[in-house]
Amino acid sequence: MSGTESDEPMRATVAGGRVDLGRFLLSWFAVPSALIIALLLGAVMMLALGANPLTGYSALVTGAFGGSYALSSTAIQAVPLLLVGVGICIAFRANVFNIGGEGQIAMGGLAGSATALALPNLPSPVMIPLVLLAGAAGGAIWGAIPGVFKAKYNVNEILSTIMLNLVAVQVMNYLLAGPMVDQSPDSVGGLIPETKLLPPNSLLPILVKGTQLHLGVPIAVIVAICVYFLLWRTSFGFQIRSVGLSRNASAYAGMPVKRTITLAMTLSGAMCGLAGAILVFGSISHRMVTDGSLTGFTGSAGFNGIVVALFGGLNPLWTIVSAFFFGGLIVGGSSLQVATGVPSDLVTALSGIVVVLVVSLEYLRRRARAQSIALGGPRAASPPRRPHQDPPLAVKGGGDR
Amino acid sequence: MNQFFTVDVLTVTVASGIALATPFLLAALGETIGQRSGVINLGVDGIMLLAAFATYYTALQTGNLLFAILAGAGTGTIMGMITALVSVTLKAEQGISGIGIYLFGLGFSALLFQKLVGTPLPIATLPPVGIPLLDEIPVVGGMFFKQSVLVYLAFLLVPIVAFVLNRTTYGLKIKAVGENPAAADSLGVSVARIRWSTVMLGCTFAGLAGASLLMYGGIFQVNLTQSEGFIAVALVYFGAWRPVGVMGGSLLYGLVGVVILTWKSLGIIPLSASDLAATAPAVITVLALLFLARRFRQPAALGRPYEREG
Amino acid sequence: MHRHLDRKLSLILPAVLVALVAASCGGSSTPAPASPAPSPSVAAAASPAPSPSAPAAASSEPSPSAAAATTLKVALVAPSAVNDLAFTQSMVEALNSLKAKYNLEIAVSDNQFVVATAANVIQNYASQGYNLIIAHGSQYGSTIQQLAPQFPNVSFAWGTAGSTYNLPNVFAYQANSNEGGYVQGAMAALLSKSKVLGVIGPIAVGDAKLYVDGFCAGAKFVEASISCIPVYTGSFSDVSLMATAATTFVANKADVLTGTAQAVVGAIGVAKSHNLPWFGTQWTQVSLAPSNVVASQVYNWAPILEQILTEIQGGKLGGATFTATLGNGGEQIQFNPGFNLPAAVKAKADELIKGITEGSVNVPQ
Repeated sequence: MSGTESDEPMRATVAGGRVDLGRFLLSWFAVPSALIIALLLGAVMMLALGANPLTGYSALVTGAFGGSYALSSTAIQAVPLLLVGVGICIAFRANVFNIGGEGQIAMGGLAGSATALALPNLPSPVMIPLVLLAGAAGGAIWGAIPGVFKAKYNVNEILSTIMLNLVAVQVMNYLLAGPMVDQSPDSVGGLIPETKLLPPNSLLPILVKGTQLHLGVPIAVIVAICVYFLLWRTSFGFQIRSVGLSRNASAYAGMPVKRTITLAMTLSGAMCGLAGAILVFGSISHRMVTDGSLTGFTGSAGFNGIVVALFGGLNPLWTIVSAFFFGGLIVGGSSLQVATGVPSDLVTALSGIVVVLVVSLEYLRRRARAQSIALGGPRAASPPRRPHQDPPLAVKGGGDR
Repeated sequence: MNQFFTVDVLTVTVASGIALATPFLLAALGETIGQRSGVINLGVDGIMLLAAFATYYTALQTGNLLFAILAGAGTGTIMGMITALVSVTLKAEQGISGIGIYLFGLGFSALLFQKLVGTPLPIATLPPVGIPLLDEIPVVGGMFFKQSVLVYLAFLLVPIVAFVLNRTTYGLKIKAVGENPAAADSLGVSVARIRWSTVMLGCTFAGLAGASLLMYGGIFQVNLTQSEGFIAVALVYFGAWRPVGVMGGSLLYGLVGVVILTWKSLGIIPLSASDLAATAPAVITVLALLFLARRFRQPAALGRPYEREG
Repeated sequence: MHRHLDRKLSLILPAVLVALVAASCGGSSTPAPASPAPSPSVAAAASPAPSPSAPAAASSEPSPSAAAATTLKVALVAPSAVNDLAFTQSMVEALNSLKAKYNLEIAVSDNQFVVATAANVIQNYASQGYNLIIAHGSQYGSTIQQLAPQFPNVSFAWGTAGSTYNLPNVFAYQANSNEGGYVQGAMAALLSKSKVLGVIGPIAVGDAKLYVDGFCAGAKFVEASISCIPVYTGSFSDVSLMATAATTFVANKADVLTGTAQAVVGAIGVAKSHNLPWFGTQWTQVSLAPSNVVASQVYNWAPILEQILTEIQGGKLGGATFTATLGNGGEQIQFNPGFNLPAAVKAKADELIKGITEGSVNVPQ
């Protein structure tokens, strides 16, 4: 992994002969502190609601990580988070804010389902890659549209991706209640908006007996690793990161900026589409079902994936860890609800607090590190990176940069 | 279709469109102010939810709608302080912190609602208030001048915000801070103070948006906003960071939504097209921007925390 | 910026993760059950441990006795909140009403609108030795179809739809909401002076479609020229959209309104503010508009639940479909005494109810 300036404070403090404990602590323990503060706040909330925080938290941890079944549930929950997160790594590195994950997931699920239902007799080794690719393609198209809109027409991608989410849910409802609906008596003659049973050859095989751990988990991890190599070991990846850091400089260097942006959005959508296909073909129900909303299908992965990617530092490899952790939070939240009666919305609220705290403390950490360098050590001469010089993460839409 | 083009139906369609657009408008105006000063706030939806619940709960407990609306706005202000602290003082990455606030607002409002309220009861909603004389103008009067006070407030805020941004020193400072904070700083403008004020103001607007949304339906539900706050942020881009543009976007979005529902109720849109017709507001908004693609630049310092060098 | 977050965070996160895993693996696998609250009581263990043959706690003695000595563990998985004044609440109330009689231990997982998560919840309950799992939502059906064969000693009840998938441990239950809709539609047509009715639904599927179709059929039966065009907003949970739909109906001179879905509270508010009659379904909505609600088609799942519980006690875990109708008490038209209903309209309603119950009136599907 690249980046060397983060090694400096350690060397500065140690080499400079002064172990500055305060700043050292802040620099290393900011994140756990954020987690602890969030846990304390959560405990307070649980107490206020008449629940026992110890019961609650132990239920959360056990439900997420306690035993092979729990771990497999967490891993499965992490798959869409990871894939969306990887897609976000690509998009955000190109400085494109893709909040259309939800819609792209749905489109991927639809594309995969349609393909499987259209070609039910293919053997597994052909069928499974085919439907997963179809899913990726469906999401890719849904990501390409805002990509083209941004590159060619300067339509801001925050706007277009949000709007496409709204379109996607209606397309999903229309297809699953109409052209793709199961008319058989099993689905009460078409009254339930779901597809026919998916061909058994298209279902992702289960890897660990007694759990639901399916092929999607290793696939997602492999994809994440591939994207890491894409971003840091290929020239296309270099283009993506370069365009993300400075459009002008990249254009000046002769890179095809517009095409890169479009491709970044398309790839990001493809990741989400793949997540959608895995959701469908790894599901317990062996069908694509809708309850009328996007969240009912995606579980908000299109959204939580953004947080997961950002906590992984926009690095696909660390996103794997971050996705697993976040997946555990979600799975554990259900257990917490069952054990204490506190709605799992508490976990949502807490995750929001953790996010805010971690990014807030980030600044203090940066300052602490910068001051450590300034105070002594051979590296003191090189100026630290100032926050406003950092490549901006937020939207850069509409108009020239 | 002739049924649609009757006075009564058209009047209610436009009036409803205006009422439906109001929460979007309020939230988008607030976000515009913040973004002009260089701060992007993606937590608007979460703030709207918290404010909507505060409004609802206050109305349930006190029966006083004014207190309820003030509670909603106040919730917005408090969340604005938190947002400003995180985005301006602690210079956190604004996109992420916004999503964090959204998650918090979504979860906490749902939690409070389920634990504090139990079986939901509706509250009395704001009655439409006619503006004397103006509301008697044939056709137009019924469309524009028989709305609730929050609607009037929202549309009054459009010229006010435009005026403040374009014709006051404060507005100048806001824009300066959003375009070139270093230059503004060297001229003696406190970047932090300006941004604090715009963020707090913007989030207060978001609080009012949540209150107005609650007043529209008259009852709270988990995830009442259904991501409206994000649509409001999107509308800021549609409106090119100008209050009038934002108003136009909100009205377009609201009106198209109402027209689709009206056409469904008149049978103009058949049942088979019901789902796809519901995409109309989103599609039309994007298409409109496509064809009206103006070359308005976003504030140059948008999304970047400022730190003085040296 | 990404690099700053990435370094420290990505080192701390796995450390925390390892610590958590170590802690949880080190401790006992099953935490002590939380003390049961009065009602609804919460499930005992939080950690799911799947066992291939879940113990059948249901009494397997052939003689069914109404007040069983053994406790029946019942779990309910529902898509919306327990106090949604509609779909979920109807089932929760029915279940609670039977708690004492059948000695039930009840666990409820509500707000399970994410289908994949609900599938996990159902699987967890099944592997924790619950005797009956009620999957209260048609979107859960495909999950039941796959899970039931894996837990042959657990009884699954699926609603609202009419298919048991030919599985021996699946009961299906449904409501002929078109029957109550028919009666209410007829009443609405008689009450309406403008002969325009406002009907608001979420998406044209399932229970919503049944009710709406029945409503308009009943209205047309009484008054052939009535205008009864349903508007489906496209969402089950968007309150303002339903309120707006109601307003557009009012603009079009509709003077009686009805609707279905959890977001329908928005439409009820519009009925209230324009002082128009409202017909409700799934649960009584009188509390929302005390003087506007004419009647509600209330689902009473208790008779069906009793039949299911009795079967389970008798050793039969599935294979039957139960339908709530006006005739068997599964559906009731609850008239609101706070609404001034003309006697002639009430008489017509009673006549239709009787006709449907006896089979002389044919409600179109």
